[in-house]
Amino acid sequence: MIKKIFVSLALLGLVLMFLPFVRDFDFHNELSDLSSQYVVGSINDLNTQNVVTSVIVTYRGLDTLGEVTVLFLATAGVGFLLRKKKASLKPRRSSELLQTASQFLFVLIILTGVYIFTHGHLTPGGGFQGGVLITTAFLLLILADVNLKFNHSILHLVESFSGAFYVMIGLFGLLLIGMNSFLDPAILPLGKFGYLLSAGAIPIIYSLVGLKVGSELTTIIDKMGGE
Amino acid sequence: MIFALILGFLLLVIGLYGMLTQKNLIKIVIGFSIVDTGTHIIIVSIGYLRGKTAPILDGAVDLANAAKQVVDPIPSALVLTAIVIGLAVTALMLSFVIKLYQKNKSLSIDDYQELKW
Amino acid sequence: MISIIIIVLGIIMIVAAFLAIHLKNLLSAVISAGVISLLASVIYLLLAAPDVAMTEAAIGSGLTTIIFIFTLKKIKKGDLDD
Repeated sequence: MIKKIFVSLALLGLVLMFLPFVRDFDFHNELSDLSSQYVVGSINDLNTQNVVTSVIVTYRGLDTLGEVTVLFLATAGVGFLLRKKKASLKPRRSSELLQTASQFLFVLIILTGVYIFTHGHLTPGGGFQGGVLITTAFLLLILADVNLKFNHSILHLVESFSGAFYVMIGLFGLLLIGMNSFLDPAILPLGKFGYLLSAGAIPIIYSLVGLKVGSELTTIIDKMGGE
Repeated sequence: MIFALILGFLLLVIGLYGMLTQKNLIKIVIGFSIVDTGTHIIIVSIGYLRGKTAPILDGAVDLANAAKQVVDPIPSALVLTAIVIGLAVTALMLSFVIKLYQKNKSLSIDDYQELKW
Repeated sequence: MISIIIIVLGIIMIVAAFLAIHLKNLLSAVISAGVISLLASVIYLLLAAPDVAMTEAAIGSGLTTIIFIFTLKKIKKGDLDD
């Protein structure tokens, strides 16, 4: 009973705290100065069609590096907590339909994921979405064959190389352009607006992010689902 | 969009209510993921501008005054990374739940009273 | 028009949130939480954020639900063993 009163009080306090924010919220009709600067800079300086991509990869690039680090730490935690003990004895077979379809769909899903993260600067999508799609392809394999063993050394190799190259591209910006240009995509030619080979290093950085996210989430899925 | 803002706050309050009242550990994690979704909806709805299009500068947007025609790209960028981190954190919490269950064979939070005073 | 769609989707989402918290069957609760994420991705699309909508559709309703179901499977298996 006392607990219920405390819970109600806490929720009521939360609602009262947020109420002024909802009531007095005034919606703007114009972009703020910073956002319009980002949109204009994305056309003039970066040649990137997708403004969200230019914000993630370039303007807030250090932030994304931190996010990828948090993802790596969470994956390490999952891997530490769910260490494999021993392989299960009786193999369970999935249905014939799932096995055949997964062999057919695996390649197509991987291709779609690669398409999404290489075209991240042109169309909606990018490294995070492409990486997640690659993970779903591996998830299909796990569902079709429960006793599947992934080659963990390849997964770790892809993961650590993409992370290392990500930082190295950032350091190249410092070396080639000068101070204040960590993760500057202008180390490569900027190309023509709206073409695949444009926007400097943005497609390369986003592909590396996609590989890193894909391999890390595949590790999580493997640890959680494998037996 | 005021309705999306209100919806986000309602989801946040419902998720917090679930986290505070439920005894089952998995229900608590579900409440956490509802709070996550609510927060993301709030942030995206703050960036919405009425009658403007997505920040993808293809044929639908006139490049000369693009800044007048698109919605705010910064909340989208923040939420995009936050969703991926949310998945990893949920997986970490669930692996803690699995570990606790393997140790004590119980999912009820009343059975974990080592820190209760 | 967008407001009406958001109100309808929002009512479904709030009902699904209550179900996710109050259902006794854990599997049904997990599926309800997945429904919330799936409808949230439609709302992101209406709010002109297609990047976020793609991410939420793939992660929120796909991978998160699968991770919860894997956890339930692991816990069930522990029950059967002992």
